[in-house]
Amino acid sequence: MDWMAWTLPTTIFFASIGLLLLGMTLYELRRPCVERRGFLPIATSRGDRLFIGLLVSAYLHLLVIGLSDWNLWVASLLSLAWLLVVMRWG
Amino acid sequence: MNKVPNNKAWWLVLPVFLLVAFSAVVPMMTVVNYSVQDIFDQSSRYFVGADWYRQVLQDPRLHDSLLRQFIYSACVLLIEIPLGIAVALTMPTKGRWSSLCLIVMAIPLLIPWNVVGTIWQIFGRADIGLLGASLNQLGINYNYAANTMDAWVTVLVMDVWHWTSLVALLCYSGLRAIPDVYYQAARIDRASAWAVFRHIQLPKMKNVLLIAVMLRFMDSFMIYTEPFVLTGGGPGNATTFLSQTLTQMAVGQFDLGPAAAFSLVYFLIILLVSWLFYTAMTHADKQ
Repeated sequence: MDWMAWTLPTTIFFASIGLLLLGMTLYELRRPCVERRGFLPIATSRGDRLFIGLLVSAYLHLLVIGLSDWNLWVASLLSLAWLLVVMRWG
Repeated sequence: MNKVPNNKAWWLVLPVFLLVAFSAVVPMMTVVNYSVQDIFDQSSRYFVGADWYRQVLQDPRLHDSLLRQFIYSACVLLIEIPLGIAVALTMPTKGRWSSLCLIVMAIPLLIPWNVVGTIWQIFGRADIGLLGASLNQLGINYNYAANTMDAWVTVLVMDVWHWTSLVALLCYSGLRAIPDVYYQAARIDRASAWAVFRHIQLPKMKNVLLIAVMLRFMDSFMIYTEPFVLTGGGPGNATTFLSQTLTQMAVGQFDLGPAAAFSLVYFLIILLVSWLFYTAMTHADKQ
C-alpha cells in the first residue's frame, strides 16, 4: 500500500467514511428506512441525507479554506453539527 | 402492493463494485492522499495539511479557467439543446430518408476527439483552410490563432458540430416514443403546432432531455482534447479550460500536491451538478 502514500489523517478520514457506510448498511438491514420529507425540499431516504450531509460538509470545508483564515476544525465542527441536523430533521 | 425485499440480490452488484473500487475508488483515495502532502519522490514526502487547497482556491489562474469553463459549458448547453430539439423535430419520421438522416447525424459522433480538433484546425486556417480562407476572402478578418473572439467562436462551433447530433438523436428517440393518440387528440382540439410542442412533445421529451443536458454538461465541463489540438489553449490563455490547466499543473510542472487538491475541487463541482441533475430526473419520474 506504500504507493498510495497514506497519511494518518487521510487514513482516519477514509476509515470513518467506511465505518459510516458499514454502520448505515447494518442499520438499514435491521430497520429499513422509509423516504420522508423534512426541511429539505425533496423526499429523502437515510442514505440520501447522509450524501447531502457529506457533500455540503465538503463544500463547507472548501469555503472556510478559500475565504477565511479560520482554523479548519471550525469547519469540521460545523459540518458535524450540520450532518446531525440533516440526518435528524432533513 | 407490498414488495418483498430480497437483499441477497445485492451480491449481484459485487462484481461491478469491485471493478469500480479498482478503477475509481482506490485511485481517488490516492489522489486524496497526494493532496495533503508535498511529494518529492517515493521516500521523501511531507504532510502539509490543507495548504495545497488554500493555494489552489486562491489561485487567480484557476479562478479564470473555472470562470471560462462555466461560460463555455453554459454556451454549449444554450446552443446545443435548442438546436438539437429543432433538428429532431424536423427530421423525417419514416422511410429511407429517416435512415439516411440518422446515419449522417451519427457520423460526427464517431470521429475521435483529436481528429475533430485537427479537422477544425485545418478547416479554420486563414491561409489554406476552407472556412478561414473563405471568411478572409469575404473581407471578414478571421484568425483563431490570434483573436480571442475568433478562437472562442471556433471552439464553440466545433463542439456544436461534434455533439449536437447526440442531443438530436436522443430527442428523436424521445419523439418517436410518443404514441399517436396524443397527436390525434391534439388534432381534434385543433391545437397549434406550438401547443403540440409545448404540451405534448416537450413534456414527453423531458427525460431524454435531462440525460442530454447531463451528458453535454459533463462532457463539456471536462473538455480537453479538442481545444488543446485546435488552439492549444490560446491565444494567451483565452481558451485554456479547467482540465488543461490541471494537466499543465500535474504533468507539465509535476506539482502533484496542488494538482491533486485541484482535481478534488473539480470532482466536487461535477459531483454536485450531476447529483442535482440526477435528483431532478428521478423526482420528475415520481411526480
